Amino acid sequence: MKTVEEIKAAIEAAVPGAKVEIVPNPGPSGEHSLLLGHEQAVEVARFLRDDPELALDYLSNVTGVDWLDKEVTEKVKVKRQVTKTVDGVEQTVEETVDETRKHVEPGYLEAVYHLFSMARKHGPVVLRLRTGNRTDQVEVPSLTMLWRAAEFQEREVFDLYGIVFKGHPDLRRILMWEGFKDHPMRKDYVEPDDYEYEPTAHDQVLKRAQAHQAQAAAMGQEGAGAGQ
Amino acid sequence: MAIDQELKIEMGKQGVFVTTIQELYNWGRRSSVWPMQFGLACCAIEMIATTMARYDLARFGAEVFRPSPRQADLMIVAGTVTKKMAPQVVRLYNQMAEPKYVIAMGACAISGGPFKQGYNVLKGIDRYMPVDVHIPGCPPRPEALIQAFMTLQKKIDSHHLTGEGRPRYLDPDAPGEFKVPEPGEHDLEPASNQGVWPVPVVIR
Amino acid sequence: MSTFETIPESTSQTSAEHLAERLSKSITAAAEADRREGWNRPPVFLPESENGVLEVAMGPHHPSTHGVFRMDVSVDGERVIRLKPVFGYLHRNHEKIAEGTAYLASMPYTDRLDYFCSLTNNWAYALAVEKLAGIQVPERAEYIRVILAELTRIQNHAAAVGFLLQDMGASGTPLMYAFREREKILDLFEQLTGSRMMCNYMRFGGCRVDVTDAWLDRARRLVAGMPQFVDEFEALLTTNEILMVRCQGIGALKPDLAVNAGVTGPMLRATGVNYDLRKVDHYGIYDRFKFRIPLGDHGDVYDRYMVRILEIREAVHILEQALKEIPAGPIMDPKTKLRGFRPKPGEAYGRIEAPKGELGFYLISDGGSNPYRYRVRPPSMINLTVLEDMCLGHNVADVVVILGSVDIVLGEVDR
Ligand code: SF4
Repeated sequence: MKTVEEIKAAIEAAVPGAKVEIVPNPGPSGEHSLLLGHEQAVEVARFLRDDPELALDYLSNVTGVDWLDKEVTEKVKVKRQVTKTVDGVEQTVEETVDETRKHVEPGYLEAVYHLFSMARKHGPVVLRLRTGNRTDQVEVPSLTMLWRAAEFQEREVFDLYGIVFKGHPDLRRILMWEGFKDHPMRKDYVEPDDYEYEPTAHDQVLKRAQAHQAQAAAMGQEGAGAGQ
Repeated sequence: MAIDQELKIEMGKQGVFVTTIQELYNWGRRSSVWPMQFGLACCAIEMIATTMARYDLARFGAEVFRPSPRQADLMIVAGTVTKKMAPQVVRLYNQMAEPKYVIAMGACAISGGPFKQGYNVLKGIDRYMPVDVHIPGCPPRPEALIQAFMTLQKKIDSHHLTGEGRPRYLDPDAPGEFKVPEPGEHDLEPASNQGVWPVPVVIR
Repeated sequence: MSTFETIPESTSQTSAEHLAERLSKSITAAAEADRREGWNRPPVFLPESENGVLEVAMGPHHPSTHGVFRMDVSVDGERVIRLKPVFGYLHRNHEKIAEGTAYLASMPYTDRLDYFCSLTNNWAYALAVEKLAGIQVPERAEYIRVILAELTRIQNHAAAVGFLLQDMGASGTPLMYAFREREKILDLFEQLTGSRMMCNYMRFGGCRVDVTDAWLDRARRLVAGMPQFVDEFEALLTTNEILMVRCQGIGALKPDLAVNAGVTGPMLRATGVNYDLRKVDHYGIYDRFKFRIPLGDHGDVYDRYMVRILEIREAVHILEQALKEIPAGPIMDPKTKLRGFRPKPGEAYGRIEAPKGELGFYLISDGGSNPYRYRVRPPSMINLTVLEDMCLGHNVADVVVILGSVDIVLGEVDR
């Protein structure tokens, strides 16, 4: 099978103006993935499916990943002009100083597609689509038109992560009930406080127990027995 | 009891059977408990295995699994009750005709079991309706389900038709139906039925 | 016997041509256009009778034996013209829980995905983690895995056929035969792993406990008796007239749609597509065994039934070879530390041929002790994508049979 670099080159040759980026995978499995731009994504996917050499006719797995906002701390060397008195003469010297900068890398949601070929029996080719952020720009193009296999899986990603697949024919919740508001697989999802009690609470459960207790104490009596 | 046990046995040997209405009634009830054919998750497979040739639940008069709640006496809550499913479970329970019994089979039905931390998992069916027998296990073996059956039969046998200790279905003041929870925006509403489920108090 | 002649054809059986004719009438222009675009959407059926369309919610509590699954069916008379599956009644948040615990702690949860086949689920997860962390598995452990996986396949297929027949109205008998065999296999599992259903047996880089010679002997005896069981089962079912009438030509699936919809497992092979991961991916040591892949050619319920039966026979062949050749040696990779297991950052997608289809695990590690993302690719759920396509135009009674032939387990569909 072709390597990701070759696939990238093939895509760029076949679909003019396609934005493709290789996302390396440092792990031992070495399954690098291709990050697609939104505009040409469907075209690129169609090429991957119909190209006789790749023939990725089988979409195995569709899933979402939630990448939270990351606070990155990095040390940068900054050059500064400093006025100094050297040998009695006032001079402007360049000096390098270490500075710690913090900035927040905005998080995003990601849809990951694993493609295989049943005709040529190879794979996987991993495609990724990223949303703009985690709140209002959560759209990515849907690939259901190309592979029916994506139909339920994209619905599931929509349900659990809140990624909106543009062009999906039937984008409704699939696992949670209609009228449910949250997207529970997101990393910052807060579960409803239906905590009961656990005799040997520890770690996260203990934290939940304490939070529940505090809330119960604030509310008065109801449920006050729980989680002590 | 009005009649002495020894005398009863002695008379039985002579071919004279003496009994009370209560005994007869309970005997009839306990010997023909018809469960509802109602499986939720993994535990249901063990429930099916229990009815198969090897474990043969028919020995207890309970092999007739009814698909309809109207014809069933016993609901075996076999598996994880999720929040999406809980309203249906309670509704099915409400639709069953009295007298009705519930066996909570497996850790999930009792408390949420291994999936207790899940956002969509109900932490025990007894939040919404009364349970007669709990069987622990994940999944409980078929023997455990048979044990639960026998426990239920003992319970039915000990029912009094009148007076203080009579079962719920003979008490006109006791409720036979329970509120069906509504799926809300974040959780089921209400989170438990008042009066059915006392919030447990942990004594340390 | 004039009564037979008066029975209209469509109530007793729906022939494939008859269905094709109805289909060609019913596809609307919009659907036609979509198909040209490449979107394999289900055909649109229009009601024919004047009596109006009846909407039936089949499930989530339904007498057919597949757990809490709902189908919203629109019927025109007896004919299904629309069918939408509704999931989620057993959504147990497996993925969320797994993202909150250590890698090894998810192993028992995988048992509960497809609760008929806990051992193949274990294997798929172990395989994905081994790929993620680059772990080698010793030879003996690979043999044990193959033996257990094929035993699992036998009991799953036997039970699936039993449930299919149960749905068809043969209440009891075939299921009892299937469960009789299943109990024997479960006894083996119990002796080895301590549990009948939830085995929790495999570990990253090997298996938890070693098999004894006594166990292997017992397994050999069981496998030796297995062809006899399959013969008996087949004598009971394969040429049974009622079974043939209710299965042949029902729920036919086209190979191109099956591939496009990501259908895997016996369902895919019943349509004639030769794609079995044991041969394609060469995972484990399947290369060493001689076995054939049964293929169907109509893709209907009967073919699915037949593929399962033949897969049982092939599994018996694999078992015979594996039980003969199993070498001595360690069962765990000595370099793998299960406590404090932290794979390097990266991601991996591991998949195996589970009895129901391709079971995959997609893991992303950020270097911590928990997976950052843990995803199960459930074959049962994705095989249901084509349920509507298979059921359209058939009678309501056939829907239950078609669903039975897909062989789903709700623990895996909803996770
Ligand atoms: S108690 Fe265990 S076996 Fe039973 S439903 Fe729950 S997880 Fe499954």
